Amino acid sequence: MTLAATATAPEQVAARRDARRGLLLTAPALLWCVVFFVLPFATMLVWSFYSGGGPGEGSLGLDNYRRFFTDASYTSALRYSLEVTLIVTVLSVLLAFPLAWAIATQVRPDRQRLWLMLAVLPFWTSYVVRSYAWLLVLSPDGVVNQTLMTLRLITEPLELSFHRATTVTGFVHFFVMLCTLTIYASLSRIDPRLQLAAADMGASGWQTFWRITLPLAAPGIASGAFLTFVVTIGDFVTPQILGGNNELLLPQIAMLQITRRGDIPMAAALSVVMVLCVSAAYLLLARWITGARR
Amino acid sequence: MKMSRFSPSASPSPLRRLTLALAACTAFIGLPAHAQETINALVWCDHTDEAFLKAFTAKTKIKVNVKDYEGTGTALSLIEQGKPGDWDVFVVDSTDVRSVVAKKLLAELDPKAFPMNDIPAAVRLPEYHVVGGKMYAVPQKFGYNAIAYDKTKVTAAQAKDINYVFGASAKNKIGIYDYYLPVIGQVAVALGKKPQDLKESDLPAIRAKLVEMRGNARMVGDVVTTQTALATGQISLLVGGGEYTVAGLMAEKPNLDWVLPDVGGIRWQQAIGVMADSKKKAAATQFVQYVLSPEGQAALATSSCYWGMPANSKAALTPAQKKTLRWDEQTAFIAKSFPYPSPSAALDKAMQDMWLSVVQKK
Repeated sequence: MTLAATATAPEQVAARRDARRGLLLTAPALLWCVVFFVLPFATMLVWSFYSGGGPGEGSLGLDNYRRFFTDASYTSALRYSLEVTLIVTVLSVLLAFPLAWAIATQVRPDRQRLWLMLAVLPFWTSYVVRSYAWLLVLSPDGVVNQTLMTLRLITEPLELSFHRATTVTGFVHFFVMLCTLTIYASLSRIDPRLQLAAADMGASGWQTFWRITLPLAAPGIASGAFLTFVVTIGDFVTPQILGGNNELLLPQIAMLQITRRGDIPMAAALSVVMVLCVSAAYLLLARWITGARR
Repeated sequence: MKMSRFSPSASPSPLRRLTLALAACTAFIGLPAHAQETINALVWCDHTDEAFLKAFTAKTKIKVNVKDYEGTGTALSLIEQGKPGDWDVFVVDSTDVRSVVAKKLLAELDPKAFPMNDIPAAVRLPEYHVVGGKMYAVPQKFGYNAIAYDKTKVTAAQAKDINYVFGASAKNKIGIYDYYLPVIGQVAVALGKKPQDLKESDLPAIRAKLVEMRGNARMVGDVVTTQTALATGQISLLVGGGEYTVAGLMAEKPNLDWVLPDVGGIRWQQAIGVMADSKKKAAATQFVQYVLSPEGQAALATSSCYWGMPANSKAALTPAQKKTLRWDEQTAFIAKSFPYPSPSAALDKAMQDMWLSVVQKK
């Protein structure tokens, strides 16, 4: 027997009223999602199946996806994008965690805001300017090479720019700050008595970290990792400036379709592939959080 | 100088129109009270200097809203997203004029309204700007996608020898400007082929040379990235570079220079026209006349975005500016250079596919 079947008439009326009120209150958010996510995505999806022009002019089919999966220039872009994105995500989380932990546990509470503000300082600079600044820092006359030469660790400047590592450095510089914020938010909410209790029960520092701190920080880690993944896989500027086009990534190839070929359907297909990658990352992280909480 | 070729086909959506309308509203903010008329111009970044535009407004009371773009493909997308009449002036690469005219985007111009006699015959390029006996765009600026280099790291003889960029001694020293038409054109010239006469059957030989060059390249990049790489010593030589890459930097970086390869080089040319659907054709024509005037040409040639040779030989440039632009050597340079290839749609697609696979090393 269902609950609804046992409810009285006034209770049913109240439930319906609550449902209507709930729908009304969430309507603006739903409308926002429909207008700014569902409709654009549906449009992009439809366009991705056309070739030789958009709806009304081109022909429907899987040509764009066939081209994507059979042309090495495109498949390598997908592989490079996934590799760079995974490296950036892992490095950003690994570097951000100790920083967030230090701010959350080793800094006096009244000074934590100041440290967080210092941590996010790079956000205050233009993304493009910051990328070009990295080119200068890594140039033969830049700070890194000059320091190494002054210390007599090298005799000739190293070729530090226009590698995958350069692109990764530019990304990580930015996303360590983002991950620090999300991880700090989780760490600062952990009740310190839980760690004390674990220690009282004989847990070592490592066991306490592994079984108490890390699972409770998982939502912050996952949020930071997901945001890093989403922005990195879709970013055009950093690889364009720092990578020297030695490995073209998916967003760069998508941009080429628009600015050079005017092939919006192919650009749409590439974007759909990126959305699928992001969705897969979300599902994996959601699964990890669920596992960590158990 | 550099552009893309394509044929946008979608009809403008309401969302696109709304976006353009908002952009236009933003552009109109700050309209001086004394300006009586306003025109909208789609331009390369060298047309956006405030002093250049203000001088025209002061003279004519016509305010010019500029939207800069990079790549004709982007410009055509912007036009497509708007409605007829949104744009009044269009700065477009000479090689793209015919395809833009085919889309009925440009209005016919009266050659008598412009100083055509002051434009060198080789720069007039009627085969690009005149369609069906009617002139649709006026050449306004040109330069070279040749070789820019650092004199302290590469000798002038090496820079002039196009075979240097294919050889082992150039390994990891060179950069390539990321635009397929001039670089493919340069390789074609190196192989003894005329860029204008290229056929699909020429591409395998060109590809083989491009792969050699790409193997030596530390980077492939856009204008600013290649400029930065050359200025900071990350590359010693830039294929596809020219006065537009180094002229603005030479005062601070006298070690930078550019040359046309002995075998010949590629010449870029920009043109300017009035949009066919413009409702302010008279004002738009006035702006084109200003751009072609000696004052306008001098400002355009020494733009903060990039320098280039003015099409008008009477441009009011200082001796120092002329020296930087190598004014006196232009006759020889023009004779030794070819305009961009102007491929058919099918050849263009094949060229772009080839370029992508070469850049991606696949």
